[in-house]
Amino acid sequence: MSDEFGSHKDVSENLPSAHGAHSGDAVQHDPFANPGLPPHEYRRQDIDEKAAKHSERVVAGLFTLSMLGTIAFIACFVIFPVDKIVYIFPFGHVSALNFSLGLTLAVALLGIGVGAVHWARTLMSDEEIVDERHRADADDELRENIRQQWITGARESGFGRRKLIRTTMYGAMALVPLAGVVLLRDLGPLPEDKLFHTLWAKGKVLINSNTNKPLRPEDVVVGSLTFAQPEGLQESDEDFQQQIAKAALMIVRLKPEDIKDKREAQWGHEGIVAFSKICTHVGCPISLYEQQTHHVLCPCHQSTFDLSDGARVIFGPAGHPLPQLRISVNGDGNLVALGDFAVPVGPAFWERS
Amino acid sequence: MKKLSARRRHPLAALVVLLFALVATGGLYAALAPAPKAQADDSAQSLAITQGKKLYSVGCASCHGQSGQGSSDGPSLVGVGSAAVDFQVGTGRMPAQQPGAQIPKKKNIYTQPQIDLLAAYIASLGPGPAAPTKDQYSPAGADAAKGGELFRTNCSQCHNFVGKGGALTDGKFAPSLKGVDPKHVYEAMQTGPQNMPSFPDSTMPQDAKADIIAYLHEVDSANSPNPGGFTLGTIGPVSEGLFAWVFGLGTLIAIAVWMAARTAKAKKS
Repeated sequence: MSDEFGSHKDVSENLPSAHGAHSGDAVQHDPFANPGLPPHEYRRQDIDEKAAKHSERVVAGLFTLSMLGTIAFIACFVIFPVDKIVYIFPFGHVSALNFSLGLTLAVALLGIGVGAVHWARTLMSDEEIVDERHRADADDELRENIRQQWITGARESGFGRRKLIRTTMYGAMALVPLAGVVLLRDLGPLPEDKLFHTLWAKGKVLINSNTNKPLRPEDVVVGSLTFAQPEGLQESDEDFQQQIAKAALMIVRLKPEDIKDKREAQWGHEGIVAFSKICTHVGCPISLYEQQTHHVLCPCHQSTFDLSDGARVIFGPAGHPLPQLRISVNGDGNLVALGDFAVPVGPAFWERS
Repeated sequence: MKKLSARRRHPLAALVVLLFALVATGGLYAALAPAPKAQADDSAQSLAITQGKKLYSVGCASCHGQSGQGSSDGPSLVGVGSAAVDFQVGTGRMPAQQPGAQIPKKKNIYTQPQIDLLAAYIASLGPGPAAPTKDQYSPAGADAAKGGELFRTNCSQCHNFVGKGGALTDGKFAPSLKGVDPKHVYEAMQTGPQNMPSFPDSTMPQDAKADIIAYLHEVDSANSPNPGGFTLGTIGPVSEGLFAWVFGLGTLIAIAVWMAARTAKAKKS
């Protein structure tokens, strides 16, 4: 930048004489002496009024740019409809409103910020000043004074003499925080046994999440993946999210001879098995199902369960197999649950046995 | 009659009786056998099957066996249906170049009529899902919003929330769905290729499949609008976090360095 104002020689005679420079001798006598501040160096703007004027214009220009940015922001807000999509390389098809508002607001804010910094760097005084810290502690006279006041106060209050007052005051002050502790009870309802139970119960029909219709065993073919929820649960229900978070079910059908775990086969229906969709590690919905290996993978921490072997954990941090729901077929030919999950679904917790 | 019974112990009698029996059986069969009428109606179909078998013998039989029964190198094709053939050959996955964790998509070397012949032959081996017609998989008139809901329930766990795909175990992966022919998306749902589970019409009806295709069309085509701006691959927190840490924090550090940097000093030269 300095080249614009001619060579250094033109203005160097304006430089004040150097001061504060320390002599080399001091270093030799005492190598640990405080070297003090280095000599102050002047900026071009300090000695060259032309350079200072230029910096002033740059700062003013940045502030003006910020003003234009704000005006453009308001203009874009008025001009662009909210659903207008434009193609901008390399961002692709983006909303004209979002893009222009972001860009103009950035110009408006950066204009102020960059202008202020440039102002401070080039025009404001940059003289180094040392402001020594005062002592951290009070002086002895003040400390003695306060000690005397304290002793006088304690004597006048009779705190040491009237033991009854002292003891009851201790009692009162110790008990008062209990009020706050008791209020913590109102933070929410107790979990009670909610973690142990889901909406599944004996005779509840498995509803296909895609169609909201009961699932029939003949609908579920080998190699397919279906998600189910208990009958009676509606998306409009107040507690839908809490309930589906525990009751979500993953239905797969294996060839009966592929099922290695005897109990898994018994709890299923002709190779159709129903497992909880909630990972037993930290409760992510888990359904990355590989139909040839029968492995199901959790997207969060890569816990892998073998659905052909009682959903045993074969990899990853999960501590329990996925809970299986006992299912059968009711008189209408629909798949039904034979009860709730035998173990709590989802991640482990203290009271889980 | 007497003459005949007198000769019943003749050494050639048994032979004569056998001859009569054969003539009678043959004659009866010729008279009563079902006429080849039904076959005549299907001659185009049987021609397609014959031609398909020829293509099959050249391109597929080395792994899937001379009659589609499968071998140690490839699964049985009995009952996979024409939809599976149309998907696997149409996307170039079959014939496979080499065995591996997953057979990738590559350039398709068969023409559509050839694929149809192959599909006709495989479909003749056993009943299976048939290749869809255009009105089944066309996204026109389908509900993209409903499709998005279905996609997030059934597909997004592997294919990511706008179909960008993702990694599975042991080198397997869910491919990106960008630019995939709607027909192939439909067939993949129907048949469950490789490790993908299937979503048959019985659990995911045809119009639900069309809704999903409409959703993909909405979010994952070249012209899909993206009101937020830079997608960073639309693969979620990893790329977004990396961008924020490298470029966002990097810019802040650069500004901090600039603010504290030594300004140009005027020095006696």
